[in-house]
Amino acid sequence: MDMEQLVQKYYRQNHLPHMWCPGCGNGIVTSAAVKAIDKLGLSQDNTTIVSGIGCSSRASGYLDFDTVHSAHGRAIPFATGIKLANPKLNVIVMTGDGDATAIGGNHFIHAARRNINITVVLFNNSIYGMTGGQYSPLTPIHSKAATAPYGTIERSFNVVELAKAAGATFVARGTTYHAQQLSDVIAKAIAHDGFSLVEAITACPIGFGRQNKSGSGANMMKWQRDHAVAKAAYEKLSEAEQADKFAIGVLYESQAPEYTKEYDKLIEQAQGGAK
Amino acid sequence: MATVLMQGNQACAEGAIAAGARFFGGYPITPSTEIAELMAKRLPQVGGKFIQMEDEISGIGVIIGASLAGKKVLTATSGPGFSLKQELIGYASIAEVPIVIANVQRVGPSTGQPTSPSQADIMQARWGTHGDHPIIALTPSSVPETFTLTMRAYELSEKYRVPVILLMDEIVGHMREKIELPDSYDSIQQPMRKQPTEKPSKSYQAYHADSDKICPMPPFGAGYRYHVTGLIHDESGFPNGSPAATVAQMDRLNQKLSDNLDDIVTYEEYRLEDADYAVVAFGGTARTAYQAVDEARAQGIKIGLFRPITMWPFAQKQIEQLATRVKKILVAELNCGQYVGEVQKAVNGKIPVISYTKYNNEAITPAELLTGLVKLTGEEK
Repeated sequence: MDMEQLVQKYYRQNHLPHMWCPGCGNGIVTSAAVKAIDKLGLSQDNTTIVSGIGCSSRASGYLDFDTVHSAHGRAIPFATGIKLANPKLNVIVMTGDGDATAIGGNHFIHAARRNINITVVLFNNSIYGMTGGQYSPLTPIHSKAATAPYGTIERSFNVVELAKAAGATFVARGTTYHAQQLSDVIAKAIAHDGFSLVEAITACPIGFGRQNKSGSGANMMKWQRDHAVAKAAYEKLSEAEQADKFAIGVLYESQAPEYTKEYDKLIEQAQGGAK
Repeated sequence: MATVLMQGNQACAEGAIAAGARFFGGYPITPSTEIAELMAKRLPQVGGKFIQMEDEISGIGVIIGASLAGKKVLTATSGPGFSLKQELIGYASIAEVPIVIANVQRVGPSTGQPTSPSQADIMQARWGTHGDHPIIALTPSSVPETFTLTMRAYELSEKYRVPVILLMDEIVGHMREKIELPDSYDSIQQPMRKQPTEKPSKSYQAYHADSDKICPMPPFGAGYRYHVTGLIHDESGFPNGSPAATVAQMDRLNQKLSDNLDDIVTYEEYRLEDADYAVVAFGGTARTAYQAVDEARAQGIKIGLFRPITMWPFAQKQIEQLATRVKKILVAELNCGQYVGEVQKAVNGKIPVISYTKYNNEAITPAELLTGLVKLTGEEK
C-alpha cells in the first residue's frame, strides 16, 4: 500500500491537515506506526490508540480507530484499563517525552513491570513543544530551553535503559530519518507479547531547534542520520566513539508472563479451576 | 435472602458486584482499603478484573479506560487520594465516561486523621475538579443503604454518563450491621449505558445526544471507531474551541442532570409531618439525628429530620419547601460547616439556619445533638 492509500485507509480525512509545525517529525512517526499496523494486518475495529497531552499526543485524533486523547501523563493507565478490560483489543500508546517520562513516569515504569501487552510509541523530540519549548527529562544536558535559558543542568533519562530496568520485555529505538526501520521496529513491538517500548527520535525545529541553533527540520534529520548507529555496529564502537552516537533497532527482547494472560489464569483459579 | 453481618465497605463492594461492576482499579488508602481488598477477592470469582495501580491517579485512569472498553467500574479512596483523583473526575465529566468513585471520608486536610470520621469532603465532591461540571454524589447512612445506594450509583452513572461519587464516611464504612442480601445477584436488573441504534459508519457522531441530552456509548472494539478527548468538543467528539461549541457542550453537560433532578435527588424525611423545627443531617451523622429527634419528641419538641441521600445535585426544591414548613433549621455535620452554606443559600434568609459542627475526630453523640436541638427551640421562648 502506498502512502496515499494508507492515508485513505487509516487517517481521518476530515481532520487533516495535522496541526504540527513545518519540519516537525511527528507526522513521520505517526505514518511509521500506521505502516506497522498495516503490515501486521491489524483490524481497525479492534485496535485502540491512546495518547496523553502534548504535540505528539494529538496523533490519536488523526487516526481512524477507537482513539483516546487522555490527560497529561495518563495515557498508559487509560491503555492499561482498556487492555485489561478487553485483552482482544490491540492497544497502542502514542506519547511524548514529557508525557511519558515526567508527569507519566510512574505509570511508564509500572506498566513495564507488569509486562502488560501494550505498545508505547514514545515520540522523543527532547522538549515540551506544545507549551513552547521547556526542558523535559529527555532534553540533553546543557541544551537550552525556555525554562533553561542558561542551558539545563539536569541529566537526561536514557529511556531505553529505564524501560529495561523496569521490566519491559521489548525495547527498540528508531529515528524519523530511518523511517522504514522505525516502522519495522514498531511492527515488531506490536507483535511482541508483553510491554513494548519504541523510542522514536523526532525533530522539533521550532521548540528545540531554534533555541539550540539546530537548523531546519531537515538539518535535524541529518543529525539523526549522523548519530544513529545500528545496534550491532554500535556495540563494536569504542566507548569514546559511543559517547557521540546512539544505537537504533531492536535493543532488547525477552519473554516473560504477560499480565492479561496471567489474569485469566487467576480468574480460573478463583473460580475453582486449575491452580 | 440471607441475613448477614457486614461492614459498610463490604456492602459497597457487594453492591458494586450486584450492579454488574466487573472492574476495579485503585490504590490502598485508609479507611477505604477493605473495598479494594474485597474486590480483589470477589471480582475474579465472577469473571471480573482487579488491578492495584501505582498511585491514586492511575487508579482512576485505569477505570476510565476499562469503562471505555464497556465495563462497569469502581475505584475507592479517601481524603488525600480523593484530592489526587480530581483531575480525572473532570475528564470523566467532560468525556462523559461512566465511573463510580467511593470516597470513604476521613479527617483532613492532608493526611489529617486517617482513621477518624469526617464529612468534610462535601464541597470537594462538588467542586474538587476545576471548571464547571456535572457531578452526582450519594451518601449512605447505614450498611444496607450502602449496598442499595452503590447499585443506585451505577444506575445513575450509566444512565447519565457521569462520574458518581459514593460519599461514604468512616462511620458507615467501618460499621458492622445486619443486612439482607439476595442469595444470587443474577435476577438483579443491571444498569447499562444506552447503545447506539445506528450501525457504525464514517458519519457516526459519538457525542450526538438524543432529545434527552444523553449520547449513546458503544464500547471500544464495536466498530464505531470514535474519538474521546478531554478538550472541549462538539458532537463529532473532536476538539472544537469555538464559543458556540463551548457553550453547547457546557449547557448539555450540566442540563442532562439539571433537567432530571426529580429522578436524581433522593432524600428521607423522618417525623417531619407536623414539625416546627428541622434538623438536616446525612451519612453517619443522620444516625445520631434519628435518636436525637426521638428524644426531643419525647420532651415535647416537634422536630423532624431531613436526610439528603443525594448530596449533589443539591436538594434545592426540597430545602426551599422545608423553609416554608418549619421555623428553624439546624444543620449537623462533621466538619467546620460545609453543607450548611448550601442550605442557607436555598433558604435565602426566610428562616434561621443554624450550623452545628464537630471536628474533633469523633462522631456527634445523640446527647450532644439533643442539647443543640433543645437550644435551637429554646431560643424561641
